[in-house]
Amino acid sequence: MPKRQDLKKVLVIGSGPIVIGQAAEFDYAGTQACRSLREEGIEVVLVNSNPATIMTDADIADRTYLEPLTPEALEEIIIKEKPQGVVATLGGQVGLNLALALAQKGVLQRENVKLLGTPLSAIEKAEDREIFKRTMQEIGEPIPESDVVDSIDGALSFAESIGYPVIVRPGYTLGGTGGGVAHNEKELKEIAAKGLIYSVNKQLLVERSVAGWKEIEYEVMRDANDNCITVCSMENIDPVGIHTGDSIVVAPTQTLSDRDYQMLRTGALKIIRALGIEGGCNIQYALDPQSSKYYVIEVNPRVSRSSALASKATGYPIAKVAAKIALGLTLDEIANSVTKDTSACFEPALDYVVIKVPRWPFDKFARAKRTLGSQMKATGEVMALGRNFSAALLKAVRSLEMSFTTLTIPSFSKLNWHELLEKMELTDDERIFAVAECLRRGFSMEQISGITGIDMFFLEGIKNIVDMETYLKQKRQWNREDWLTAKKMGFGDVQLAEILGQTEPEVREKRKALGIEACYHMVDTCAGEFDASTPYYYSAYGEETEYTESEKQKVVVLGSGPIRIGQGIEFDYCSVHSSWAIRESGRESIVINNNPETVSTDPDTSDRLYFEPLTLDSVLDVLEVEKPRGVVVQFGGQTAINLAKPLAERGVTILGTAIDDIDRAEDRERFDEFLEGLKIPRPLGSMAFNKDEAKGIAAKLGFPVLVRPSYVLGGRAMEIVDNEQDLTTYLEEAVRVSPEHPVLVDRYFQGKEVEVDALCDGKDVLIPGIMEHLERAGIHSGDSTAIYPSQTIEQPLLDRIVDYTTRIALGLNTIGILNIQYVIKDNVLYVIEVNPRASRTVPFLSKVTGIPMAKVATKIMLGETLEKQGYSSGLFKPKELVAIKIPVFSFNKLTDVEPSLGPEMKSTGEVLGLASDYVTALRKAFLAAGYKIPVEGEVLATIADQDKEEALPLLREFVQLGYKLWATEGTASFLRKNDVPVREVYKLEQGSPHVCDLIRSGRIDFVVNTLTRSKRPLRDGFQIRRAAVEFNIPCMTSLDTCRGLLKAIAIKREEGGVREVKALQEYL
Amino acid sequence: MKAYLCLADGKVFAGESIGMIGETAGEVVFNTSMTGYQEILTDPSYAGQIITLTYPLIGNYGINKNDEEASRIAARGLVIKELCNMPSNFRSEKNLHKYLVTHGIVGIRDVDTRTLTKHLRLSGTMPGLISVDSDLDRLKAKAAELKGISGLNLVQTVTSQEAYSLEGGEYRVVLMDFGAKGNIAKSLQALGCRVTIVPARATAGEILRYKPWGVVLSNGPGDPQDVDYVLPVIREVLQSGVPVLGICLGHQLFGMALGGTTYKLKFGHRGGNHPVKELKNQRVYITSQNHGYALDRDSLANSEVEVSHVNLHDGTVEGLEYREKGSFSVQFHPEAAPGPQDTFYLFERFVKTIKERGGIHA
Repeated sequence: MPKRQDLKKVLVIGSGPIVIGQAAEFDYAGTQACRSLREEGIEVVLVNSNPATIMTDADIADRTYLEPLTPEALEEIIIKEKPQGVVATLGGQVGLNLALALAQKGVLQRENVKLLGTPLSAIEKAEDREIFKRTMQEIGEPIPESDVVDSIDGALSFAESIGYPVIVRPGYTLGGTGGGVAHNEKELKEIAAKGLIYSVNKQLLVERSVAGWKEIEYEVMRDANDNCITVCSMENIDPVGIHTGDSIVVAPTQTLSDRDYQMLRTGALKIIRALGIEGGCNIQYALDPQSSKYYVIEVNPRVSRSSALASKATGYPIAKVAAKIALGLTLDEIANSVTKDTSACFEPALDYVVIKVPRWPFDKFARAKRTLGSQMKATGEVMALGRNFSAALLKAVRSLEMSFTTLTIPSFSKLNWHELLEKMELTDDERIFAVAECLRRGFSMEQISGITGIDMFFLEGIKNIVDMETYLKQKRQWNREDWLTAKKMGFGDVQLAEILGQTEPEVREKRKALGIEACYHMVDTCAGEFDASTPYYYSAYGEETEYTESEKQKVVVLGSGPIRIGQGIEFDYCSVHSSWAIRESGRESIVINNNPETVSTDPDTSDRLYFEPLTLDSVLDVLEVEKPRGVVVQFGGQTAINLAKPLAERGVTILGTAIDDIDRAEDRERFDEFLEGLKIPRPLGSMAFNKDEAKGIAAKLGFPVLVRPSYVLGGRAMEIVDNEQDLTTYLEEAVRVSPEHPVLVDRYFQGKEVEVDALCDGKDVLIPGIMEHLERAGIHSGDSTAIYPSQTIEQPLLDRIVDYTTRIALGLNTIGILNIQYVIKDNVLYVIEVNPRASRTVPFLSKVTGIPMAKVATKIMLGETLEKQGYSSGLFKPKELVAIKIPVFSFNKLTDVEPSLGPEMKSTGEVLGLASDYVTALRKAFLAAGYKIPVEGEVLATIADQDKEEALPLLREFVQLGYKLWATEGTASFLRKNDVPVREVYKLEQGSPHVCDLIRSGRIDFVVNTLTRSKRPLRDGFQIRRAAVEFNIPCMTSLDTCRGLLKAIAIKREEGGVREVKALQEYL
Repeated sequence: MKAYLCLADGKVFAGESIGMIGETAGEVVFNTSMTGYQEILTDPSYAGQIITLTYPLIGNYGINKNDEEASRIAARGLVIKELCNMPSNFRSEKNLHKYLVTHGIVGIRDVDTRTLTKHLRLSGTMPGLISVDSDLDRLKAKAAELKGISGLNLVQTVTSQEAYSLEGGEYRVVLMDFGAKGNIAKSLQALGCRVTIVPARATAGEILRYKPWGVVLSNGPGDPQDVDYVLPVIREVLQSGVPVLGICLGHQLFGMALGGTTYKLKFGHRGGNHPVKELKNQRVYITSQNHGYALDRDSLANSEVEVSHVNLHDGTVEGLEYREKGSFSVQFHPEAAPGPQDTFYLFERFVKTIKERGGIHA
């Protein structure tokens, strides 16, 4: 079927900010889709509020709207752009929900816009539980007994009729938000109440729990001619009960016979046909381990995290193909981009094993509940490929960058068997390590399988690793066969060094002397049956390499690994740009990374892609084969920069800023010395190697002081402490200070924070922009609202920022990019921090300045000066626009996490407000971040004593704007004293209806809650913040944010409306 | 124990012995299916061949009686990457290694099957041998002497010796057994057919004596030229007006009976992911395949049959239709086992036809 001729212009809906459950996979999907549509001559209009994405680059779509993903904004865009079609299935659940909203509002019909690909009816059939159930019954596909209810009583009476446990799933939500398994009436009441709030259609599905069954997934595609294929099957190592996003997943399925595999495959084809999907679809099954009985447990009528994983696991570009299907092309008309000669209408054959392991944020949120269930908690994931199960698993575990060298958490060796059993029963992120430890201690696999539900096949895979460890430990004198077996099984050099009690370089030398080196196989979609032209490699041992020489000069870009708080999609964005710049320079670009969600691991992004752990040994293995001119480390966040020094020590050429200069920026004492030499001030402070030293420094500086461990990313374990007692607590509990782990103690200024990214070639320093934070210093820059260009800084200070930045960049002999954070206090400019690498503001700043910063920096590293690239020194003149980056959080996915902001980063994503003026940009930023701004509303304020005076005018303004105020005792009496009308609500201890009941009633629009400075564990404050988060009510813990919001409210518009929508291309 | 796979062109792959310890020779082919090793091993069409499985983990779900396509293994050997000795599946009765030993099959594991597959793709299918003998010079010399499978008359080694009928069913169908996979008869039975199996050398008279409503030509091993004695039988059956369904080798023979010729493919089609397009409606189906020979499309230009299906990848003939005789044939395996069940509808189409035309012999 040829392409539809009625389509000239198509709107693509993106997925918005990165939150848990909806991450970088949609940037990958959206970017592929835009390219795929443009290949067919379609004019693409894109809307996405997330500036950290490749898809929102001005050259990916023809028109790019960085606007809030609200039905109102989309309606304005549709009216303005008049597209003939809209693609909604590549923007995650957000995209689907928006399409449904636009259809329900009648916008699509009125504006004559067709929903392309999967029709509305299919989306409804898959998403509306009742219609879905009926459809499955019609085609005879079994689903667990279930009922859709719209009340807690309904849930209870249904559960009564089928018996517990039951699982609760709210309709139309991300990553199972608000769902859970209830084992009794009490649990069900709680979960149902919460679920009803999250459910978009105010419905809940209550169904029989099939926890413990095998969880099997299929990625299926269908075109308008009814051709259907399955791209990939996947088996969750963690059985049903843990969200697939939080499960360790292996592809293809390992424990299914052909009969059962085909039974489920045939079912999947029946389902996609019955739903009428045109595009991609993810189908999840629960399969009884003891029979061939199965249930369909979920269908996603769109591309998903699993389809990104399936694409990377197989080499089959699902989103690209789905976009072409949306235009009316059939699968057989679309080429297989890996082989070029065959078509997209086939099913990939794998000759390797793929394992995905989630990356959880529990290292940052020490107090979060680590238990995994139906609510996804991972922020990212890693993938590894191997010729056997153990190699894929060990490579994946090393890719996590959690300092695991194998399936070992050292502290587990101290647990007694009882504690270990408990640890294993607890389905948390460390379970697989507990399983390995149990196997080490000789627990039987049957026993472990009985407790965890993990299939014996996988346990045997883990046992093989454990047994090999034991064998190697006992033998000590290894022959060549032992070495080879260990490497084939995926043992890393560091792990082998640990076993031998030697250093990693010694081990490497030894194995190389034995001629044991990594070989590289290709991911070719067809198990070698056809010739492949896309070099996408993974390592193996003891086999023939498929690596082919190339004449061109090569440059390697180190990626940033899994997405985690503090190192997000921004770094992947930079890596992609760097790879492109290398290509543009006529060289071959090579990317090493292990994140299956992102654009950097799309084989189209580089000339050669290596899917490998970003560990020294794996990177060295690749470099030894590729022999590149050099390695780029400035874009892969701390992951890449941490590898710079060890790589250089092995004789690898690091492009750009020299290792010693990187060290001068990162080593505290050398950095102080450096700034002193330049006569540039910084908040006084120094490094403490023990408790007394720290106290001495603090006493000299005067409280408050900012304390943090040295060399960390994302402000991990950073705190502001007000007195010596708090400092002691911090030093004893939060970080165990020691000579190996020193702590930095700095004077803390509550000043204005400014952030600058600069490009330098050693001669010229280009400053694309100066960003000013809305929140005063003390809140991590990643969690701050950043405004470009700066709005309140006077010219003399701007000049000084340019002067300091220039001198620092030159002084550090920067070749490439760097990021500097300043604080302004009493008209003095202090340097807080210099990062000799790309920062998370690069994507957004690149977009709004039109300077592709990562590309320019890469070209500088390759020898092309700024001048040659057409740039000159100094501050780049801003365009007529204001861009505001505002953080987005995932607190509603992580119970027990403190939602207040501080020096430790907590946000998972960001959105942009872009407009011609400051206030409109601010309004758009808040709307994009999910704030609903009603014309009238109600605000709950609980303000700490030290903030009351400052808060007064803000709260008064809410009233003037027509909002009603609620407050607890102290704040209420303060407001009344100052003649501000307020309604008082009980504190928690005063009994119901108290402040949390008020929040749960759904009448509150905003919560303003500031923390007492002493950080005394105020139960009320925490409960209030959690209640707000769980009921999706914006909760501001900074008065600065609140001040910004008031400005955004003040420009009164129609409820939720946006004043102007304007494409990025129109601003530039 | 060390073992070696030595190809006729002298390329040697080292590995470990599995199954029977010894030496075996055959045509080395590869199959890209990711599941179904037991069905593949027991498919009689692999007679005379050493099977390489490209998926690296084999034996994971064990072996069970129900997944056999034939009660004995006709293949000559098995080449794999990694063998699972502790299978995990509720139906598993034993592990693959024991199964190979029981059936006297020599195999080898820990072979770089990807490199082997690429070698076969580039150089074409070729004979080879698996041996535990480490005298590589001897192995190479012996491998170089090995002949191809053409002319071996492999069908004779796998066809049933006598005719017999299966229990139950209503519509009489004669299945000409050239090495039929068990699931062909099962598929027909599932649709209500009363299946009679006859040996490859059955005459038309013998076949028609059963008064069949339809005749199915089964899959089978080797060069279709070796079985040309069947061609007149097929013609006679067609003449009688009984609808014919040909599968795999049966398809090639069907085409040859109607004037076509066959040729050997460089490395064949073996796997569960081959896309086939039905020309009539441009629909594509993912099929299960196992063949080393194909019908020459040009040779059928003047035939009464139409090409109904083609391979989407290389355009080879995948199906024929002889509309006026209610007969058709496909190169792939609608009975799956292993592989996708997408083309089971062809059996339904065939049974519908014989029910419509069944009157002749009813």
